[in-house]
Amino acid sequence: MLSDITIGQYVHSNSIVHILDPRIKIIITIILITSLFLIGNFWGFAIFLGFNLIVIKLSQLPIKKVLRGLKPILFLVLLTLILHIFMTRGGEVLFQWKFLRIESEGLFTGTFMASRILLLIMFTSILTLTTSPLQLTDGIEYILKPFKKIGVPASEISMMMTIALRFIPTLMEEAEKIMKAQKARGADFESGNIIQRAKNLIPLLVPLFISAFRRADELALAMESRCYQGGKQRTRLHIMKLATRDIIALLLSIGLAVLVSFF
Amino acid sequence: MLIKLENVTHIYDQEQQIKALDDVDLEIEEHEFIGIVGHTGSGKTTLVQMFNSLIKPTSGRIVIDDIVTTEKKADLKHVRQTVGLVFQYPEHQLFEETVYGDIAFGPRNLKLSEDEIDERVKHALELVGLDFDRFKDRSPFNLSGGQQRRVAIAGVLAMRPRVLILDEPSAGLDPQGRESLRSLLRRLHKSYNITIILISHRMEEITQLSTRVIVMDQGKIVLNGLPKEVFKHKGKLESLSLELPEITEILFMLKERGCNIRTDIFSVKEAVDEIIKVIGSKENAK
Amino acid sequence: MSLIEVNNVEFKYHGQTEPALKDINLRVEKGDFISIIGANGSGKSTLAKLLNVLLRPDKGNIIVGKHNTKDKDRIWEIRKNVGMVFQNPDNQIVATMVEDDVAFGLENIAVPSEEIRKRVDHALDLVDLSQYKKHETHKLSGGQKQRLAIAGIIAMEPSCIVLDEPTAMLDPQGRKEVIETIQFLNKEKDITIILISHFMEEASLADKVYVMNKATIKMEGTPAEVFQEIDYLRDINLDVPIVMEVANGLRKKGIKLPNILTIDGLVDSLC
Repeated sequence: MLSDITIGQYVHSNSIVHILDPRIKIIITIILITSLFLIGNFWGFAIFLGFNLIVIKLSQLPIKKVLRGLKPILFLVLLTLILHIFMTRGGEVLFQWKFLRIESEGLFTGTFMASRILLLIMFTSILTLTTSPLQLTDGIEYILKPFKKIGVPASEISMMMTIALRFIPTLMEEAEKIMKAQKARGADFESGNIIQRAKNLIPLLVPLFISAFRRADELALAMESRCYQGGKQRTRLHIMKLATRDIIALLLSIGLAVLVSFF
Repeated sequence: MLIKLENVTHIYDQEQQIKALDDVDLEIEEHEFIGIVGHTGSGKTTLVQMFNSLIKPTSGRIVIDDIVTTEKKADLKHVRQTVGLVFQYPEHQLFEETVYGDIAFGPRNLKLSEDEIDERVKHALELVGLDFDRFKDRSPFNLSGGQQRRVAIAGVLAMRPRVLILDEPSAGLDPQGRESLRSLLRRLHKSYNITIILISHRMEEITQLSTRVIVMDQGKIVLNGLPKEVFKHKGKLESLSLELPEITEILFMLKERGCNIRTDIFSVKEAVDEIIKVIGSKENAK
Repeated sequence: MSLIEVNNVEFKYHGQTEPALKDINLRVEKGDFISIIGANGSGKSTLAKLLNVLLRPDKGNIIVGKHNTKDKDRIWEIRKNVGMVFQNPDNQIVATMVEDDVAFGLENIAVPSEEIRKRVDHALDLVDLSQYKKHETHKLSGGQKQRLAIAGIIAMEPSCIVLDEPTAMLDPQGRKEVIETIQFLNKEKDITIILISHFMEEASLADKVYVMNKATIKMEGTPAEVFQEIDYLRDINLDVPIVMEVANGLRKKGIKLPNILTIDGLVDSLC
């Protein structure tokens, strides 16, 4: 069923990784990803891979879940690898067959780039697998707070994300219902070429958009009547507090990033 | 036999083994008017979606108009043409720019000729009581809520189904809207010989229209019979937290107070006559 | 001083020729349970929006507490004081988690966190949803969603709640839950209730009923007084409870009956 699709890929658990402060997790992810681009040799990648595996172990995530997250970008990784292998020139010639030629520089850069992409995706999926969308939203709001002064609407962005999260299941359910109703009138969503299929979606998309707009209208009214005033300072029910473990995790990651970036 | 379900079970949550339908057997003949009642989550919406194969059961066999829909290569097109389904708040599925276009959507999917489509749209609009010339070019989104609902129902009628299923068709309508809906259903049933299956929380609607009532609870059919038989089971219905029709409740209460009164009456007029008869004779006896 | 005073109010939507409301006069005292009934388009929802300052009158005045709704500096104070529950249970829930939704209004008026916690727990307790605190809002039933909406309002500690057809989209079970909650809040917590509905059964629970038709208030009185006029109420397209229809039918055949509002009432006076 459409409505069963979970938003993001969060897997609930009470592991040490799960209970880290979301702000810290986001910052750590940013630091590690940045340092990914500073890594100059394979040792760095090896260290990061090892680090990833430890974190996965600590978070009690099924390794399968993490691997499944890599699947959609597999094509991109392979493409990078192949393009580099055959296109990048330099170093010794390792293999030659007619116009196909592999040189050592290409092989090196290809593997290098592919490892970088894979690790990047691994870092971000660990974040989204261990942090609920709700926590992510709150975390992003806090991190963006200092940028309010230069006009970044931090709380509005987070409110938008909250509402999106709230309404995705509702709209999914609605989409499913509309789809069934149109199928009952003989609509066909499954066959035809890509253009035909896109056209066939109109009977689904038009009512869905109309409903979304109607909901937005009513929700705006309900929010206004509950004293929501856009940019005005709000308080929060849940206050995020940093624990010692958060600081330790942060320091560890910074250390690791420095290590891989400069050696 | 028009519709036949054998041992139909539907599990919608594999992990927790939650059954929306639990070993249901049911037969529906041509020209019946079936009323289905049950509280939210009792499985009634899942049941009716089985009738036109929008949901496939986890196990069991379903035969619709001699087509075994639970088989892999079943002709679902024929089934969906035979069994029309009007969902709750059907006006939420309108999408075309004109009323004509929206009603023509179904017939177009059947690949009918333009003449045939034209004739069907006209007839469907006439059935739901909207004037063809006045409404055909209007945008369905500028109509009133009640008119939108009628256009949506016309969209299903234009498929010329032999069975019409309606899921809470009167939800949100005012008394006049409900009355015209009721007379439409009566007409479709009597004059056009359409088999009707009606899901409703309004017991009055069920009792006044149905030839047979089905009560569902936890994915099972718990009562099945003539309205006057089903609504005899006052205790059973109350234990399922279903309301009795108000008239039935009045008559039952009078009976409990010692009046020798019939309880199988469902219209206000007859109930008034019966009460007068009983109360009157009591006064005479005094 | 009444809690809410509506004096000669007229209101017209932009671009419409006919006013949606005219000559509206209404007085609501603290602790009242009043009901406003009327068919679709009678103006009853517009009136609800005027009470919550989602709209302002073109003519006349609405005084809530001491404040005129035309006074722009007092909007938020008035909205805090007169909470509003809408018809569609889905389209007024903001948050993914139950307790976060109850907190929404309090966060907006910058209540400190510890205080929010207390009020959220208390409000959920009052509508009997405490065990769902950490549940996802979209998985609640219709009746639970409306009770959640009510909790979000009572957490703000208003003196009055306006409910705009809160049961129109619910099944009988949900309808019952919501009505029982409303009655509880009125009787036990002394919260003023303004219930807008087209169900006469629900309106008959109020202390006072106003009947609206074509933008004006046509009748007002106790439910027993107002619901005597069954033929009129049916004429203006209102749902007349069947028990009243039966009583009316019996009366027409010469049986003398007092004012009937419930089945028990009818049976008692017959036997």
